[in-house]
Amino acid sequence: MAKKEKYLTGLFGLENLHEIEVYLQNGGYEAAKKAVKSMKPEEILKEVKAANLRGRGGAGFPAGVKWGFVPPTADKPKYLCVNADEGEPGTFKDKYIMSHNPHLLLEGIIITSYCVGIHQAFIYIRGEYEMIARRLEKAIDEAKTKGFLGKNIFGSQFALEVVVHRGAGAYICGEETALLESLEGKRGHPRLKPPFPASVGLFQCPTVINNVETIANVPFIIARGAEWFTQMGLPQDGGTRIFGVSGPVKKPGIYELPLGTSLRELIFNHAGGMLEGKELKAVIPGGMSAPILTADEIDISLDFESLKNAGSMLGSGAVIVIDKETSMLDVLQVVTKFYAHESCGQCTPCRVGVSWINKIVQRMAAGQGSPEDLETISRLASAIMGKTLCPLGDAAAMPILGIVEKFKDELLAQMGH
Amino acid sequence: MTSLSPETRKKITELTGKYPQKQAALLPVLHLIQNEIGYIPAEAEIWVAELLGLQPVRVKEVITFYTMFLEKPIGRYHLQVCTNLSCTLAGARNILSYLMNKLGIKPGETTADGRFTLTTVECLGACEHAPCMMVNFDYYEHLTPEKIDKILDGLE
Repeated sequence: MAKKEKYLTGLFGLENLHEIEVYLQNGGYEAAKKAVKSMKPEEILKEVKAANLRGRGGAGFPAGVKWGFVPPTADKPKYLCVNADEGEPGTFKDKYIMSHNPHLLLEGIIITSYCVGIHQAFIYIRGEYEMIARRLEKAIDEAKTKGFLGKNIFGSQFALEVVVHRGAGAYICGEETALLESLEGKRGHPRLKPPFPASVGLFQCPTVINNVETIANVPFIIARGAEWFTQMGLPQDGGTRIFGVSGPVKKPGIYELPLGTSLRELIFNHAGGMLEGKELKAVIPGGMSAPILTADEIDISLDFESLKNAGSMLGSGAVIVIDKETSMLDVLQVVTKFYAHESCGQCTPCRVGVSWINKIVQRMAAGQGSPEDLETISRLASAIMGKTLCPLGDAAAMPILGIVEKFKDELLAQMGH
Repeated sequence: MTSLSPETRKKITELTGKYPQKQAALLPVLHLIQNEIGYIPAEAEIWVAELLGLQPVRVKEVITFYTMFLEKPIGRYHLQVCTNLSCTLAGARNILSYLMNKLGIKPGETTADGRFTLTTVECLGACEHAPCMMVNFDYYEHLTPEKIDKILDGLE
């Protein structure tokens, strides 16, 4: 059983933690100093790989492995893009990291960049987080004044610039190659992979793309070591996760817990259980793209493998709780409308398929559905899976299939059958 | 673009120098223009295209792709109501119909006095405080009809 320590969020209650002096008083930038002044990049990479830090954005790809894909000697500049797009419905954790502790993110950026040999980093933040973007810019100025960013960082030869770049309201830009396109000043149309961003990324240069929470974990791995980190979570899945709980529970909010905590414990202990008079019906365990679990499927360990084996995914760690009174047709309507709106339009199966499903669902909601509609939806959703450039096609098809399969009887009953 | 203030022009020049390729400054430049003018007029599209060395159509396609960029002027206060799942579970549909009734407009419309434009939006990342909306760049959370009355009364 992992020890419970909230190393990421534990200081969030501290007044003015976002100011550099307060962060420094609490051990801030010590890990970055240690990394830049006394560690070789390959030592850092070894430590992060051993820590089994998996991506906190959704896909769960091991960060160290990703960094290792970047060619060590390149004739081109290399870039770091921090994914702060946070568009997955139900997700709000990165907002807390960036607004409460922006310097923690910057410290993680310094270590990551030093490790990979990067001299320019971008924080791609969703356009709506305008105030947080300003807070990050202020933090960057503070760090520059201290000599933690810019030239000769901590008196070394290492130089790094960080730019905050705001998106403009497109879910697809959370997908890493769409993010790159957007950062280059284009529409967020995902790229065909391979080549992967590690070799051909931003401005055609080698690029590392990591989620905010992933990067925020890096200073702790450097300060306390990979072994400690795996003890904080699971051996194959190190560290804690910041889970976000929303829906009709007593205490919606963020909860930093070791990976491997059960979904039931998260909902009923940490988030206080259901609101008075509400009964649990279903849970979306990892952001809207994660297929739904029914109330009797919540005795499950919150880690990448367990949720994958249950036919869902841990995704962004955003848990949306649904109560008995909520109609699954309403849920389906929200889900299909969202993906139809957010499809970038590049791949036909996603653009046409999701819009078509959405039209059927809106018709069902208007009381004009028929039992064959569910079969048509399943057929269309299956035809989208695996046939698009980026994961949005699957991200739309999977939750739709999940709802239609698990709540078929209720949907049929709502259509009068 | 005679209408842009010297201050915004200065910010735009600074921005283009921050990126290895100046075209990358397109989104932030459009944000700055919209912040000042309230939307992105057709003449600004041409101006930005020339500034960044892009075809005007490249600017147009970006403006139409991203939901936050506006091609036409809207009301002084942009009420953006989240209708995604966590907010719907917390009563976003009632919040939306309350606003529609109170203002006498539908989503996508602006009140006759030009004060309010109502829009529905996807997840704003404030699910723990659902239901929520944004008014311009400010978040308003745990919305109820009473709270909406207060918020709207507090705006000019």
